[in-house]
Amino acid sequence: MRLAIPLMITFVAGMIMIFQFFVPATQSIGETLQEWYMIVASFAIFLGSVNLLYVHTHRIRFKGRNWKYSPVTIIGFAAMIITGLVFGIEPGKPFDYMFTQMMVPMGATMFSLLAFFVASAAFRAFRASNWRATLLLISAFVVMLGRVPIGAMIWGKIPLISEWIMQYPNMAGQRAVMIGAAMGMVATSLRMIFGIERSYLGGAD
Amino acid sequence: MNWTVIGIWLGALLSLSLYSFLYKDNPFYKFAEHLFVGMSAGYWVIYTIMNVLIPNWWNNLVPAEGGMQPIWLIPGFLGLFMVLRVVPKLSGLSRMSLALIVGTGAGLSMTAMFQTNALAQVNGTIISLGQGGGWFNWVSNIIVVAGVVCGLVYFFFSKAHTGIVGKTANVGITILMVAFGASFGYTVMARISLLIGQTQFLLFDWLPTMGIHL
Amino acid sequence: MSTFIEKLGNIDRRIIFIVMALAVIIPLAVRLTLPIPIDEGPSKNMYDAVDALPPGSTVLLSFDYDPSTMPELQPMAIALAQQLMTKDIKIVSLALWPMGVSLGNEALSYVSDSLGREEYVDWVNLGYKTGGGVLIVRMGSDIKSVFPEDYSGKSVDEIPVMDEINMLGDFDMIISLSAGDPGIPAWVMMAGDRYDIPIGGGCTAVSAPQFYPYLGTGQMLGLLGGLKGAADYETMVRIGVDDPPAGTATPGMAAQSVAHLVIMLFIILGNISYLASKKRKGGAK
Repeated sequence: MRLAIPLMITFVAGMIMIFQFFVPATQSIGETLQEWYMIVASFAIFLGSVNLLYVHTHRIRFKGRNWKYSPVTIIGFAAMIITGLVFGIEPGKPFDYMFTQMMVPMGATMFSLLAFFVASAAFRAFRASNWRATLLLISAFVVMLGRVPIGAMIWGKIPLISEWIMQYPNMAGQRAVMIGAAMGMVATSLRMIFGIERSYLGGAD
Repeated sequence: MNWTVIGIWLGALLSLSLYSFLYKDNPFYKFAEHLFVGMSAGYWVIYTIMNVLIPNWWNNLVPAEGGMQPIWLIPGFLGLFMVLRVVPKLSGLSRMSLALIVGTGAGLSMTAMFQTNALAQVNGTIISLGQGGGWFNWVSNIIVVAGVVCGLVYFFFSKAHTGIVGKTANVGITILMVAFGASFGYTVMARISLLIGQTQFLLFDWLPTMGIHL
Repeated sequence: MSTFIEKLGNIDRRIIFIVMALAVIIPLAVRLTLPIPIDEGPSKNMYDAVDALPPGSTVLLSFDYDPSTMPELQPMAIALAQQLMTKDIKIVSLALWPMGVSLGNEALSYVSDSLGREEYVDWVNLGYKTGGGVLIVRMGSDIKSVFPEDYSGKSVDEIPVMDEINMLGDFDMIISLSAGDPGIPAWVMMAGDRYDIPIGGGCTAVSAPQFYPYLGTGQMLGLLGGLKGAADYETMVRIGVDDPPAGTATPGMAAQSVAHLVIMLFIILGNISYLASKKRKGGAK
């Protein structure tokens, strides 16, 4: 029973969106729903933030693992909130300064670490253990060479072969994955709208 | 005080702190990691308030020209219900918010995805056979058609991959391996590009602040 | 007893890290440059599509990325903005990712200042909204209800560049610079196919292969894939330009070349070590 109202909301919202695609008369109610969606989905960040603060205050209180760093997270969070609310978010303001000078380099560095790990993983795990794995390796080599200037310097045809791989075998493989995933998505969406799939509501029956 | 130079140093020190993880996990890395998480969440909250909630919700609920539009209380309450997920006694209310999000998203993406990622792709695959451009193009297009069909057969698990189905699926996995190889090549490229970007920052923005010009 | 080749397979990962770091640092430090050949392909198609737009057109530029992918996508944003503003094409920008707002501002104001263009007259940054695909569909019938203000709170009714823009169909082209979801797929699905608006894009190299099906069907006009796409675009935008501004993608391609060769060498060495170990184990049987 406690799931009846949420399941009904999912059904009505889903059907409105489907009808809106085919029946112009339902356009207006669909638009209202889209605007509400935007607002409700926005609140997810507050849920995330409350959770983040709870985890870190809890960690400090009970001296959990790495608790000494938790104040750093809370201070970083508070600093952005306070500067954003007090000074505004326009370029040149403290909020924007902290974004440009601190968050940008940290974000870029965090992901650039993956360059080292991809090299290490390729060295240890990329094995030509059978003919299909060898095919995968050859394809990867041609593409890696064809996408950089040195490939054309080694042999002028490498970029063309690389582009051919991208436009034909790669496209065929990606398209098969895309069509398969789309069919899966349609099936899952229908199951959600008709209340068969309800794990997103907490897995209760 | 030169805020630009201070900013470059802040960025460089935080970047080097994160890179120190390559040697081993250490307090500098943990400090920068925790700071990044906190600041990112703060940034997101501020933009959500300033760019979404104030213009799209509050200004509709309480318009500048006066009066109140109670209909806008509904998304407000549903949003609040979502946050109440952290309160055990009231967490059930968040199901209503989730239901709206999931229902709207599922209904919208179902039709769009079917049209864009299924029908249009089938259409594009069949049409490619009719394209001219000489024998090489024709053979290439045959590879596309065969690749798509055999790839789909490979993903079809309701029938055992034996006999003709197994042979077709084998062709499919072969094409998929070439595609995955291409994806691997591109992934390597992406990761290195990010490293290049940060190295450029350290070499050409940070080092000059110490008088080192490369 | 293991041979040297076999032991190579168990090399300390930190040695691999040092070699990788040097493969990137040395070419950059010595300012190694390699010519960027421009072949027919998605980058050239993208350039030609934008080049074919008449002056006075309006393009929607969506910044759907954050700092983690900035080294790949920011040079694209700058090169695209240079081409659009040089051709007197107006830019309306927005972000499906919150951090895209600040990165978009950075790119647009840098190019605008260098070319003497004016915010709100030649370009505007509308800011961030939650919702991805849902937001795009809503914009299909009314942009101003979704974006009543720009990112800083200025009413769109007071922004000249928005005078003629009421819905997505009023744009001559939509370009998404995308690092994931929401990004290019959402624009193709919800704007391109639904409202028949030409879609172009730039994306990280990781996601580029998965967008080739859209190129094959014509659902996308062109695509800039990763740093290579950015370098291609920087090169094309600079052709015929006196004293072009410095980019970051083109100088990076030499380091990219060396790093690719190093990774390929690692894979080859790893396989030699694997085969040697396999042979010895086979012989031992």
